[in-house]
Amino acid sequence: MTARLTRDDVAKVALLGRLKLSADELERMTSQLGRVLEYVDILNEVDTEPVQPLAHPIELANVFRDDIERECLPREEALANAPKTDGRFFVVPAILDGN
Amino acid sequence: MSYTTVVGLEVHVQLLTRTKLFCGCINRFNPTQPNVQTCPVCLGLPGSLPVMNRHAFELALKTGLALNCTIPALTKWDRKQYYYPDLPKGYQISQYDLPFSSDGWLEIPTDQKAPESRRIGIIRAHLEEDAGKNFHDESGRGGESLVDLNRAGTPLLEIVTKPDIRSGTEAHAFLDELKLLLTYLEVSDCNMQEGSLRCDANVNLHIADPNGGTIATPIVEVKNLNSFRGVEQAIEYEARRQFEQWKETGKKFGEVPKETRGWDAERGATFGQRGKEEASDYRYFPDPDLVPVTIEETWREQVRASLAEFPAAKRKRFESEHHLSLYDASVIVAQGRPFADYFERVAAACADAKQAANWLTQDVLREMKERQLAIETFPITADVLGTLLERVAARKITVNSGRIVFAALLDRSVDSLPPGIEAVDAIISEKGLAITSGADELAPIIDAVLAANAKIVADVKGGKQQAIGALIGQVMKQTKGADPQVVREMLQSRIAAL
Amino acid sequence: MSIVDASASQLLSAMASGKLSAVDVARAFLDQIETHDGKIGAFLHVDHDGALKQAALVDEKRRTVQPLGKLAGLPMAIKDVVCTRGMPTTCGSRILQRFLPPYDAEVVRRFREADAVILGKTNMDEFAMGSSTENSAFKITRNPWDTSRTPGGSSGGSAAAVAAGMALLAVGSDTGGSIRQPAAFCGIVGMKPTYGRVSRYGLVAFASSLDQLGPMASDVAGVAALLEVMAGHDARDSTSVDRPVPEYGRTLEQPLSGLRIGLASEHFAAGLDPEVASAVRAAADVYRSLGAQVIDVTLPHSKYGVAAYYLIAPSEAASNLARYDGVHYGHRAEKFDGLIDMYAASRGEGFGPEVKRRIMLGNYALSAGYYDAYYLKALKVRRLIRNDLDRAFETCDVLLSPVAPTPAFKVGELVDDPLAMYLSDIYTLSANLAGLPGISLPGGFSSGGLPIGIQLLGPPFAEENLLRAARMFERETSWHTKRPRLGVAP
Ligand SMILES: [Mg+2]
Ligand SMILES: [Zn+2]
Repeated sequence: MTARLTRDDVAKVALLGRLKLSADELERMTSQLGRVLEYVDILNEVDTEPVQPLAHPIELANVFRDDIERECLPREEALANAPKTDGRFFVVPAILDGN
Repeated sequence: MSYTTVVGLEVHVQLLTRTKLFCGCINRFNPTQPNVQTCPVCLGLPGSLPVMNRHAFELALKTGLALNCTIPALTKWDRKQYYYPDLPKGYQISQYDLPFSSDGWLEIPTDQKAPESRRIGIIRAHLEEDAGKNFHDESGRGGESLVDLNRAGTPLLEIVTKPDIRSGTEAHAFLDELKLLLTYLEVSDCNMQEGSLRCDANVNLHIADPNGGTIATPIVEVKNLNSFRGVEQAIEYEARRQFEQWKETGKKFGEVPKETRGWDAERGATFGQRGKEEASDYRYFPDPDLVPVTIEETWREQVRASLAEFPAAKRKRFESEHHLSLYDASVIVAQGRPFADYFERVAAACADAKQAANWLTQDVLREMKERQLAIETFPITADVLGTLLERVAARKITVNSGRIVFAALLDRSVDSLPPGIEAVDAIISEKGLAITSGADELAPIIDAVLAANAKIVADVKGGKQQAIGALIGQVMKQTKGADPQVVREMLQSRIAAL
Repeated sequence: MSIVDASASQLLSAMASGKLSAVDVARAFLDQIETHDGKIGAFLHVDHDGALKQAALVDEKRRTVQPLGKLAGLPMAIKDVVCTRGMPTTCGSRILQRFLPPYDAEVVRRFREADAVILGKTNMDEFAMGSSTENSAFKITRNPWDTSRTPGGSSGGSAAAVAAGMALLAVGSDTGGSIRQPAAFCGIVGMKPTYGRVSRYGLVAFASSLDQLGPMASDVAGVAALLEVMAGHDARDSTSVDRPVPEYGRTLEQPLSGLRIGLASEHFAAGLDPEVASAVRAAADVYRSLGAQVIDVTLPHSKYGVAAYYLIAPSEAASNLARYDGVHYGHRAEKFDGLIDMYAASRGEGFGPEVKRRIMLGNYALSAGYYDAYYLKALKVRRLIRNDLDRAFETCDVLLSPVAPTPAFKVGELVDDPLAMYLSDIYTLSANLAGLPGISLPGGFSSGGLPIGIQLLGPPFAEENLLRAARMFERETSWHTKRPRLGVAP
């Protein structure tokens, strides 16, 4: 079903998933993913035309909570695991248009 | 060459819930204390899971029904995946292919003085979680950005219109009507300053082709619209700009990618924004942490039954039931539901809806504006004003005296509780404003005035009817609360008898 | 019998009668960890002081005749994929190396309420992705039966800890076999409950529609006791099922009469080690001897399970792992050029190769133009697999099958061949795709002295029957009483 996976395809997906891969990793990933994708092609043997997808093993519906307030985390705890803060905010590199 | 402006709006509205969409954190605008309204769920901490807020869903349902949408039997949650620092999970829980409502419309009055209205189609409305807020370094030196997650997870309704809007003014009218509807339903406060209503506009032109048919120009999405006026102006600006650009380049719809532009309110112009480095691919898929919602007819009808009267219906009812002009009805309804309710209570108390409408649209609105008060905190309650207007309607005091009492009630409320209805009669008697219609009381005063103004009396007798005004004035001055109509009649008969 | 070889019920009665204190018990297990874990590497974090403090608290409660929970004084280990307030929770990943959760998972809340003694957190394949515990960013866990072999995975740390007497009970998570396969490799009992039976709140997600926490112990009774505490509705997990929890321990000793055991020919596929196959057939004979009926069933779509699973699980994983971006918690790269690069560099440094592969695979399967062909197709096949199993359970009560195609493989044997590693999940992952309960229990030993597990699968919420069926087998066999000979530490 699929054309061969190229390095470019893999690089594109790596950007989509925000993963920096070394040239080596990119090479290895291309061949390993390629093999897995070849393998999953066996699914094409199955006629799934009339089949409804099953996204979830238990088919529950309408699970709600009431609109009742619960205590929030103190700011120190909210920020405690952050790599960088100024004590009030999470701090990140400059966000520019197009990010 | 003529063209039509074609506009579709994408409106995001925060819902008036106590808590966020998927966690129990308080839903509150709190810009001064960043990162104090979070928990493991809205921080997106590993292992945390979302649970849907029933009230948020019901508010959404109300909106869908009020927008005349089709409500499907089943709706579900999808993840919209992209990276941004205000989006802690790396995806937004939203709705993709099965929104809770679709294919509706909202009727907008084209002009308050004219009764025609227009239907703007609604493509869909869906529920999703809001992101946090990023703060950029404004110095232009490319300093670091700051992230506040207080807002992350706030319930948000995205409403997408069909490209049915034909001008900036019409977009403005649509937003006014939508805001009115949502505030009447108590779904949202639609406060644009606080970001609880946000709007993007998709604009292009259909230009009449001299060879027949129309030519569509490329669609531009205008963002950063932070007022209804801004929406209006940006659309008008875009229409002119796109027409000029088309004349210059001849580029049609589909020949260039969709452009995103910002709105500079100060310069009154849109400006191009740098394109994204990668085409967005949101990789939507059903959120496995949440289960679908099935909407049975009984539930849907229960919600429908709980809907408050829509603004449009209220306007019509005020016209037919209270005999207001469309203009007055529109002004009152446009002030919001508490004001319209106030009006109805005043009208009921004084049994004179027209007079109630006059007082509300003039005196009450003026004082509210001057004192920067909402109707809920206006010191003259509906019962008190109703009592006052009843006295006027029953000709117990004059309209002018009514204004004096109104002012006195306002004065009295400073630094104290709003006066009760007993204050109305108390002020009338304190100030001696009661109409003294009794001929016994008036007769000696009239006699004295006539005696002291022989010249004027002679003028009146001589046919100068308007001269009687001066006499009425003098009598009124001495009696304070006399009914001028009665005074005029008594004066006329006395003079005639002289 | 030494403390660390005793069963849960033996320890509970010894503590109840005052023969042992909870502190004695905790100390014995902590000593065992001290002595042997250097070689096994089951733990990522040992909460020595916290465990002793908790044990002392249990003793104090007992002394003052306060009510005690069901697990009072029982020492347990928790897979490092479960959030523990104030205790490191790394998921075996560099990206969460310094993460301290500000909250307890629902199961941890339940363990504390049951007065259990939490010894520490166990090693795992990074984010539970793997079948050998070699994918941990921190260390390799070794199989207590043969330290040149893996303990299986991804809950290899928990399995090895129980097998080596370093924890009485342990918690694992199972997304495609991650409890059952390491239980089989280490000669212990492990159960994956029905999807929704145990709250996932606080379980760091790998693949949300497949993940389920479950109990591990050296015998069926231990697993039943732990499940009784773990199972039950939790309003904080929308996918948790509100359904009463049976007292599994109470009915455990009651054999099932008229039990129908299903055997599927598809469960004896090419690549199945003959010793494993004969252990399964021998188990069928045991059940026959107990009066059970053995029935042939067929699962025509089971051969597509691996392919469907390795599209669905990575798709969900890619999304679940998007949150590790170096902004709100977790590792941030030191050097980067702008925001996008900060994300990519942090994630590139923070994730190991297997996690990266799955993120890539998942993003590929969900990306524009491939969604229908991969993700959606896999969901449809998932339905067919579920239908096969539903049909099978119309004619049998439990399915008996292998757990893994082979006994424990060598460290390093499959690590460079992801596809071969994936294929080894063939017998376990259909239970995850279908949301069914499954239990792995000791069913024999290979000629090389390695444990072989057998698996029982049941229809949704058949945990009670599965435990009773497992106990029927356990009572007739002695495999579960065997302990690995641990070398004495230098
Ligand atoms: Mg949106
Ligand atoms: Zn929250």
